[in-house]
Amino acid sequence: MSETFEPKIVAFLCNWCSYTGADLAGTSRMKYAHNVRVIRVMCSGRVEPTFVIKALREGADGVLICGCHPGDCHYHEGNYKCLRRYHLLQKYLEQMGIPADRLRLEWVSASEGKQFADIVNDMTEQVRELGPAGIKPVMDRLAV
Amino acid sequence: MANEEKPKIKLAVYWGAACGGCCVSVLDVHESLFTVVEHADLVFWPIALDFKYADVEAMPDGHIDVTLFNGAVRNSENEHMAKLLRQKTKVLVAYGSCAHMGGIPGLANFTTKEEIFNRAYVTSESTVNPDKVFPRPEYEVPEGKLEIPVFYNDVRSLGQVVNVDYYLPGCPPQTERLVEVFMAIVTGAELPPPGSVVGALEKTQCDECKRKKSDNKKIKQFYRPWQIEDDGETCFLEQGVICMGPATRGGCGVRCIEGNAPCRGCYGPPVNAPDPGSKMMSAIATMIDSDDPGEIQKIVGTIDDPAGIFYRFSLPGSILRRKMT
Repeated sequence: MSETFEPKIVAFLCNWCSYTGADLAGTSRMKYAHNVRVIRVMCSGRVEPTFVIKALREGADGVLICGCHPGDCHYHEGNYKCLRRYHLLQKYLEQMGIPADRLRLEWVSASEGKQFADIVNDMTEQVRELGPAGIKPVMDRLAV
Repeated sequence: MANEEKPKIKLAVYWGAACGGCCVSVLDVHESLFTVVEHADLVFWPIALDFKYADVEAMPDGHIDVTLFNGAVRNSENEHMAKLLRQKTKVLVAYGSCAHMGGIPGLANFTTKEEIFNRAYVTSESTVNPDKVFPRPEYEVPEGKLEIPVFYNDVRSLGQVVNVDYYLPGCPPQTERLVEVFMAIVTGAELPPPGSVVGALEKTQCDECKRKKSDNKKIKQFYRPWQIEDDGETCFLEQGVICMGPATRGGCGVRCIEGNAPCRGCYGPPVNAPDPGSKMMSAIATMIDSDDPGEIQKIVGTIDDPAGIFYRFSLPGSILRRKMT
């Protein structure tokens, strides 16, 4: 949309891998898009569909979930649960007229600071191209 | 009259965007109707009694003790009556799924007023409308001005239009629950805080369901009920049939499941999960028996219409209350 549009992206990062990875990006002084708002959760399996839906409803233009690589979950299979919910959520969002690309799931390990920065930059550009989600005004309006 | 000294309570029943089933469920009290009439005067009930809107307008504020409002708010008439009855009523009860969270009429939030009008008045097979005439709220005729209610774009639950004292869910609510709630009001029993759901349990359907359940549900493919031969005793979800039990309040007596049909979710979400669909997605996705993204997508693909199934009775009352257009 307009050149001034800065997407708001809510990112849920798992405590054990992805948050540490994001931390590494920071301590390594890597630059990445400021559009992401990080929320630390204990596990990507803790990210309930409600969190994602609520974030979009309250004004996020995109939601990023990052968890440990398959097989590396601190709780054995939390990331697989997240993966299953992610595919179901994408189908639901499409039905609600929300492009599935607004939700993204990525695996980021504790050593992948660079990858985290790249993912954030890439998603920011992708959501910028999609334009503002505009979900909050529609849900607030209770149009008659 | 048995109770001359005790003043009768004034009871009203009204329907918004509803099928009429809720009003009929009130009649389903059968012989208890005599008990109801012993304790209450019915002052307004369009399906059964010939009172006019003007009669309600003429009542002083707070005149009616209890109004059971069933149906969603879909047009200006529903909204007007919801506001009027709120003004005239002491205890306003959202009665049934439609008043509670939008119900079946709320599924119209998957579409728009424009699409609905186009389907109903242009493209439907039995319609001949070459001039594309659509209903107009006002129309001038030689005899004067004719008015019909304005059709809204969004369906709303009763609680999204006026303050509601109690929600009594169900499609329709089980009549026994209604009698319990009614008797509680009549006998002056202590009522829960305003805004509560009454006539239902706090726990889920699964808590009451007698089918055999294991802790480790694994689903390789989802089925529509007609695609499998139900064994009559194993949890529907374990057989791959979507049952809304985990995301639905108990209190109906698991009537559908006892009748070998999976729960459809009419009693709405349990206390700690305001959005039934996302609760259901959370529960059902973890049962998918695969770690491979491709296979997971294939299994998810066997769920036809997840939004419609998981929000069948609750779309307007949910976090995303309508489809984006």
